[in-house]
Amino acid sequence: MPKDTRTHFRTSSTWDVAVVGGGNAALCAAITAAETGARVVILESAPKSYRGGNSRHTRNFRCMHRGPLSVLSDAYTEEEYFDDLMLVTERNTDEGLARMVIRNSEECLPWMESKGVRFQPPLSGTLSLSRTNAFFLGGGKALVNAYYHTAENLGVTTMYNAEVMHVEMEDDTANAVIVQIDGEAHRIEAKGFVLASGGFQSNLEWLTRAWGPAAANFLIRGTPYNRGVVLNDMLEQGCESVGDPTQCHAVAIDGRAPKFDGGIVTRLDCVPFSVVLNKDGERFYDEGEDVWPKRYAIWGRLVAAQPEQVAYSIIDSNSIDLFMPSVFPASKSHTLEGLAKQLGLDEKKMIETVTAYNKACQAGEFNATGLDGLSTKSLTPPKTNWARPIVKPPFYGYELRPGVTFTYLGLKVSEKAQVQTPTGPLTNVWAGGEIMAGSILGKGYLAGFGMAIGTVFGRIAGKEAAIYVNA
Amino acid sequence: MLMPDQMQEARRQVEICNACRYCEGYCSVFPSIMREKSFSDGDLTHLANLCHNCQGCFYACQYTEPHEFALNLPAILAEVRQESWERLAMPQSVARVMHRRGGAIAGLSVAAFAVFFVLMQWMMPEDGVGFYAHLSHVAMITLFTPAFLLPLVSVAFSLRAYWREVEGGKFRLRYFLAACKDAANMRNLSGGQGQGCNYEDEDRFSNMRRWFHQATMYGFLLCFASTSSGTIMHYLFAMPAPYALFSLPKILGVSGGVLLVIGCFGLAWLKTKADPALGAKNILSGEYAFIFLLGATGLTGLMLYAATGTGFVGGLLAVHLGFVLTLFLLIPFSKMAHGFYRMTALTAEAAKHANAN
Ligand SMILES: Cc1cc2nc3c(=O)[nH]c(=O)nc-3n(C[C@H](O)[C@H](O)[C@H](O)COP(=O)(O)OP(=O)(O)OC[C@H]3O[C@@H](n4cnc5c(N)ncnc54)[C@H](O)[C@@H]3O)c2cc1C
Ligand code: SF4
Ligand code: SF4
Repeated sequence: MPKDTRTHFRTSSTWDVAVVGGGNAALCAAITAAETGARVVILESAPKSYRGGNSRHTRNFRCMHRGPLSVLSDAYTEEEYFDDLMLVTERNTDEGLARMVIRNSEECLPWMESKGVRFQPPLSGTLSLSRTNAFFLGGGKALVNAYYHTAENLGVTTMYNAEVMHVEMEDDTANAVIVQIDGEAHRIEAKGFVLASGGFQSNLEWLTRAWGPAAANFLIRGTPYNRGVVLNDMLEQGCESVGDPTQCHAVAIDGRAPKFDGGIVTRLDCVPFSVVLNKDGERFYDEGEDVWPKRYAIWGRLVAAQPEQVAYSIIDSNSIDLFMPSVFPASKSHTLEGLAKQLGLDEKKMIETVTAYNKACQAGEFNATGLDGLSTKSLTPPKTNWARPIVKPPFYGYELRPGVTFTYLGLKVSEKAQVQTPTGPLTNVWAGGEIMAGSILGKGYLAGFGMAIGTVFGRIAGKEAAIYVNA
Repeated sequence: MLMPDQMQEARRQVEICNACRYCEGYCSVFPSIMREKSFSDGDLTHLANLCHNCQGCFYACQYTEPHEFALNLPAILAEVRQESWERLAMPQSVARVMHRRGGAIAGLSVAAFAVFFVLMQWMMPEDGVGFYAHLSHVAMITLFTPAFLLPLVSVAFSLRAYWREVEGGKFRLRYFLAACKDAANMRNLSGGQGQGCNYEDEDRFSNMRRWFHQATMYGFLLCFASTSSGTIMHYLFAMPAPYALFSLPKILGVSGGVLLVIGCFGLAWLKTKADPALGAKNILSGEYAFIFLLGATGLTGLMLYAATGTGFVGGLLAVHLGFVLTLFLLIPFSKMAHGFYRMTALTAEAAKHANAN
């Protein structure tokens, strides 16, 4: 701990607001509260170099706008935004809260800019999002850095390596948090508490309990620090939960990615132009069912259901330039045998599957940028678009594994971000971000919505906490 | 010297960036990366010379150490860039020493002072006014003409080799003009939106470096214009020095000198606050020596002007001319070269951009 925080820590036995977590939602809450003059402390379990949780991996913010706004063109209305959300969540959402987030997102964008966040035109390869999503210049870590500076300028104290283990409750009021700092437990009192410590996706034990032993083979796309300690603690103390405890959002990512924190670069966009085999060398799903942005999120589950939670995407030279570059070079061989060997697949079986697929391919017009209806004939499972034979060496292969983005289970909150119990809200505990996102997002995911929830609810939590402590 | 695996390391990092693209809006490097899928050594040299080391992409990167991807793009590009300047210099061996050893630059400067002291002792002109009372115009021209032109010839050859290496393609004036525009406002130190770079205060943005660099660059150009205008007045209009205060050479020279001194000492001061882990290794002494050389050239020029009519002129003149000579001789072999490579890289980038569209 740096010297100045240490003295602060000793002298300030009681804070106005203690914010648990150090990502987007936590920072929005801390800044909003500190602007009213409240004395705010941020308790971030990560060291400074890893501050910012999953927010440091993000790239954009989905934003409603009635006309052109900053880098966003045209308009994106509440109705359209809401329809997009309904589509992906299959109506698993709390309409009131969802509409509140959507409506609020519009005023968030200028607020974010005023707190130092910078936006840029959509990244190359993401033009489809140019109207709906505002991209952060430099990505989520640049956003997080900007917020930390703003918070620091407002006098907010940040403690790193400070993991909150327990929220000390007395009836429906919290008095203090027990924090592990450099291996030592401390008790930190405050008048109000904002919980913004993310989901539990990095807690492999919890994931295994929810998903079964297969979860041990999952890769976690974001921070290793979101272990759900506070979420679990609050649930154990009787707070209400929302969201399916057994579900997580998972996509198929490069199997060579690190166990944690691989982030955006480990994604692979090759599936629609490939055949995907499991460990036994067999196909198991229609690779060309729909365009990739609409399908990438189901492939996490699909791969998770295969033996050893692994799959292999095979393409040839005709298709290697059709998708965004991968973070690691693909396995490459001039023969299918060679590729099978490199990927650790049974050579005979792999060639058999690819040959059967090639035979089932039909003549027709191939079009990489839209559904082309180029489908296999009498093959199970079929490949219903982009079914071109895999014949042109060199051949390329990628190992796929499920990469978990976030978990759905969270704390139930009110419109004012108050944490709920079966007998009503807690008096001085608010929540923002992933820890309560299940209140709005029961299923599926809409790009840029995580940051929208965190920004809107982080700000509400900060504001409500400030009103409470300043009263 | 660059290890072969450093090129490989640059390639590894650039490929990660190409899969990420979060930093696209910071500078010209990322759009250039995003045009390619694989990167030859020439491509990497091009990217390295486009990078202005604003460090924005380091502080914004979610993959810096302790992350196992260990991204540090400013540092690895600085290595590749530094190596390209040393490798392409002619003769290479001189650049290898001068770029890295502040002591060598200091040594050369002292030798140059000595040359002028000796010249002034032995060849004191019979007549002449102002500076020419100490060293004749003919002697100055005889010494400085080759000392200026030969280094430029060397640089020209290096740039040709560079252009081939990065496959700049067909040269057009409009590419060069685009490069001039980028350099004129240091667009690549602007952070993409004018917030500046991350340099002297970790991840906080500031335009200090951009401003000091502008002061240095424009100061140097003004001094150069001052000398050129003097030469033109001397030969074309038969108006030899010394010039009055409100003459073109003086106005250009004094304002340029002031800017140059402020810029150089500002840059050196900022450098003391920056994180050396984000630049090339083992060049710090060379870099500091160079920036002091440039600043001292401006400072002694100003002092010389202030000392007009006093007994200090002789000594100061020898020191000033010594610095100028050193600076000229080091054009191909010191940080001085970066301006030429930078312009060439920006020109090549304009060409590549135009050809891709
Ligand atoms: C690779 C990737 C890319 C994504 N891209 C986008 C995108 O482009 N747009 C978008 O909207 N969403 C995106 N998301 C989702 C987005 O990251 C989340 O919705 C959002 O970051 C949640 O913010 P948060 O503040 O709630 O949580 P986080 O940012 O994860 O912050 C949680 C914080 O709590 C800290 N913490 C955890 N436990 C404790 C404890 N016990 N004590 C103290 N501190 C603790 C953590 O260290 C961390 O700082 C992406 C997610 C991933 C993984
Ligand atoms: S420097 Fe880091 S954040 Fe920026 S593009 Fe490269 S990998 Fe992405
Ligand atoms: S250091 Fe600055 S100029 Fe260099 S690549 Fe990074 S962002 Fe671009």
